[in-house]
Amino acid sequence: MKTIRELLQYPAAAVGIVIIVLLVGLSIYAMITIPYSEAVRLWRGGEDVWYHTPKNAAPVWTNWFTPKNLPATIRVDSEDPSIEKSIEVSGEMTNIAFSFIFEFPYDDFPREISVFFDAKYDEKAPHVSMTWLTPDGREIRVADKSVSESETYRVSQDDKLQRRLGGSLPHNGLFAVDPRAKTLVPLQGTYTLRVEAITFEPESDVDAEMVVYGQVHGLAGTDHRRRDLSVALLWGTPIALGFGLLAAVGTSLIQMIIAAIGTWYGGWVDSLIQRVTEVQLILPFLPILIMVGTFYSKSIFAMLGVVVVLSIFGGGIKTNRAMFMQVKHSPYIEAAQAYGASDARLIRKYLIPRILPTLLPSLVALVPSFVFLEAALALLGLGDPTLPTWGKVINDAYGNGALYYGQYYWILEPSVLLIIMALAFSLLGFALDRIFNPRLRGM
Amino acid sequence: MKTKTTPREKPKPGTNALARVGKYAGVRLVVLFITVVVSIYLVVLVANMGGYVDEIRLGNIQQQISLEISQDRSPEMLALSLDERQALIRERVAVEVQRQGLDRPFILRSFGYLKGAITLDLGFATDLTSDSGSKQVRLILVERLPPTLLMWGLANLLLFFISLLFGLFLSRKYGSVLDRIVITLAPTSSAPAWFYGLFLILIFAAVLQILPFGGMVDAPPPETKIAYALNLLKHLILPTTAIVISTIFLQTYNFRTFFLIYSTEDYVEMAKAKGLTDREIERKYILRPTLPTIITQFALTVITLWTGATILETVFNWPGLGRTLYQAIGLYDTPVIVGSQVIYAYLLAATVFLLDFIYALVDPRVRIGGQGRTG
Repeated sequence: MKTIRELLQYPAAAVGIVIIVLLVGLSIYAMITIPYSEAVRLWRGGEDVWYHTPKNAAPVWTNWFTPKNLPATIRVDSEDPSIEKSIEVSGEMTNIAFSFIFEFPYDDFPREISVFFDAKYDEKAPHVSMTWLTPDGREIRVADKSVSESETYRVSQDDKLQRRLGGSLPHNGLFAVDPRAKTLVPLQGTYTLRVEAITFEPESDVDAEMVVYGQVHGLAGTDHRRRDLSVALLWGTPIALGFGLLAAVGTSLIQMIIAAIGTWYGGWVDSLIQRVTEVQLILPFLPILIMVGTFYSKSIFAMLGVVVVLSIFGGGIKTNRAMFMQVKHSPYIEAAQAYGASDARLIRKYLIPRILPTLLPSLVALVPSFVFLEAALALLGLGDPTLPTWGKVINDAYGNGALYYGQYYWILEPSVLLIIMALAFSLLGFALDRIFNPRLRGM
Repeated sequence: MKTKTTPREKPKPGTNALARVGKYAGVRLVVLFITVVVSIYLVVLVANMGGYVDEIRLGNIQQQISLEISQDRSPEMLALSLDERQALIRERVAVEVQRQGLDRPFILRSFGYLKGAITLDLGFATDLTSDSGSKQVRLILVERLPPTLLMWGLANLLLFFISLLFGLFLSRKYGSVLDRIVITLAPTSSAPAWFYGLFLILIFAAVLQILPFGGMVDAPPPETKIAYALNLLKHLILPTTAIVISTIFLQTYNFRTFFLIYSTEDYVEMAKAKGLTDREIERKYILRPTLPTIITQFALTVITLWTGATILETVFNWPGLGRTLYQAIGLYDTPVIVGSQVIYAYLLAATVFLLDFIYALVDPRVRIGGQGRTG
């Protein structure tokens, strides 16, 4: 096609197309790897889904920019076949023992430590004692306790352990060269948490999973509810693309049809459309959307519908009208009229196809404004309650003081994706505009 | 012949021109007012789809009557028991509901609401209060208006003059490096002001810590007037910059292209041939005929910028209308939400009118006669 060849002569347009193709690829990837229902479940999940990720952890790649090697999350599970579980039966009681051995090569302390127990028993709960072995050979008693069916032992919140460590927080003290020192220094090496359990019933068993929450996690980091941001960033792509494209196509097409009808019939129809356009100009667009979001529905489809309805009589009508006016008096239209084509046929087959290509630049350029509109609604707390979107990540980050606490990744990641998408469509729109408006060429 | 427009009649003396501008402005004012009324009526219809406006009215009646009865210290009233008093309140509420026509069909009632909305007579907010402690929606909104106007007025003025002068400059330096930079940067205007606001806060408030995160003045506010003004200015820098950055490149690009198209007209060539200076050509032959169109285009920009006001104010914690609307959403404060819609409709209409008026002042077709603006 001629247009495409012409388009590729503009480097900006080529960049835009490449980015759009990549974003579409990312959307398809997101939808295949994380099915919709899974995405919703993950995004709405609480501590039950996200117990193994740290709170507000920066992405792993922040380590490239910091002089320190910040700890990542370490997970060890006794159900893992590589962990040896020794079982000694002595009468009614059984001694179960296993050790979590792990490397700690980092220059800073972890955020928290938790041990999740999973015990099987009928009446008498097993008793567990835990011991911490440091690389330099120290042995620290962590806790002795009985564990219920699913028990979470938060090492970081254990006051007794804190006292034993001379007042330093357990997740710092356990990894320090000297837990009683004024400024704690982390000790690298191989650590061990030995778990010894005594069960009181023959069928009884104990399993445990230890999580040492790091300061960095995954490619995207996590938020205040421990959710991995990559879910929202991945799934935000198809949502933003879909919302932007549907809204842009919907409003552009409807505006064009209305403009065509108005121009063709002229007279009172035209002036009525003109007056309604003027009312639309004064209609507070965003506040009405906000009102609908607050009172009726926050669903993204409802929002999409309202956006399209509110934009039906938007400013595009005036530009379209000017173009239709020129076409209306062309000879080919007169010829069609002469052989008796109906009004509907004339609009459908003669007016609209003539204008359709010129619609493309403004349509493409409209996409970013709708993408940002969705983000803006989310920022006001009116985002779709079930879906993970970029706007909602920004909203969470902003609402939880990410800027004050220096968690910049939280706001930057969705913002960068937003601006990349906006720029791609905008660049393409600019290039298309030059192709369809020869007057702009060379300027 | 000095200008492009050739009036059919000879220009008449000044008083007539003033009268024409006045008449034009008057007609526009009436038309705009009708438009505002229609637009507010639509808001009322949308708002009452779930019966929300009815609730506001009912709530107001109840509050007013309970207040009246609790303040009535006459002996016969004090003699009544609590239950009797409640019954009396219910009875009076029923009478008032009938009097105000809340039992009539919605179409009839909607016109009553419309009148209330147009005069911003929306009763009392459910949760929000104004700084002076009043719960009246009108007072709350009127109190939040000046900060909004200050920020948006300043930003738009800056935007207009910077982009106009910059556009003229670039049209002269057409094809230079700077020109290419602006063309390249024009697509960045697809991101809204609040988006740039987040980045500015990140850079200047969080990382560099030289400008405040948001708000209008420090707490506690400075005592002397000069210190207060300077402090206000300091808080204005980031939000204003955000607005300007979000639009400036596209606006400059548009203006520049527009000037370029006009500077290829024959009469400009003619002026050049006459040996006029560049400055004179720019002022009299390029700027003069393009100004009305430029103002129309700018009007559309300002209107789209209004839409972003809510979010920008929320991001910068600016105590204007936008943040009030945001707070009202959080508290489900229906009267304030509906009131905000109304005041935004007024503000949009005022913007359109102001720009129309400037348009009338610069457009010779309006000033000297001939055809006014249509469509």
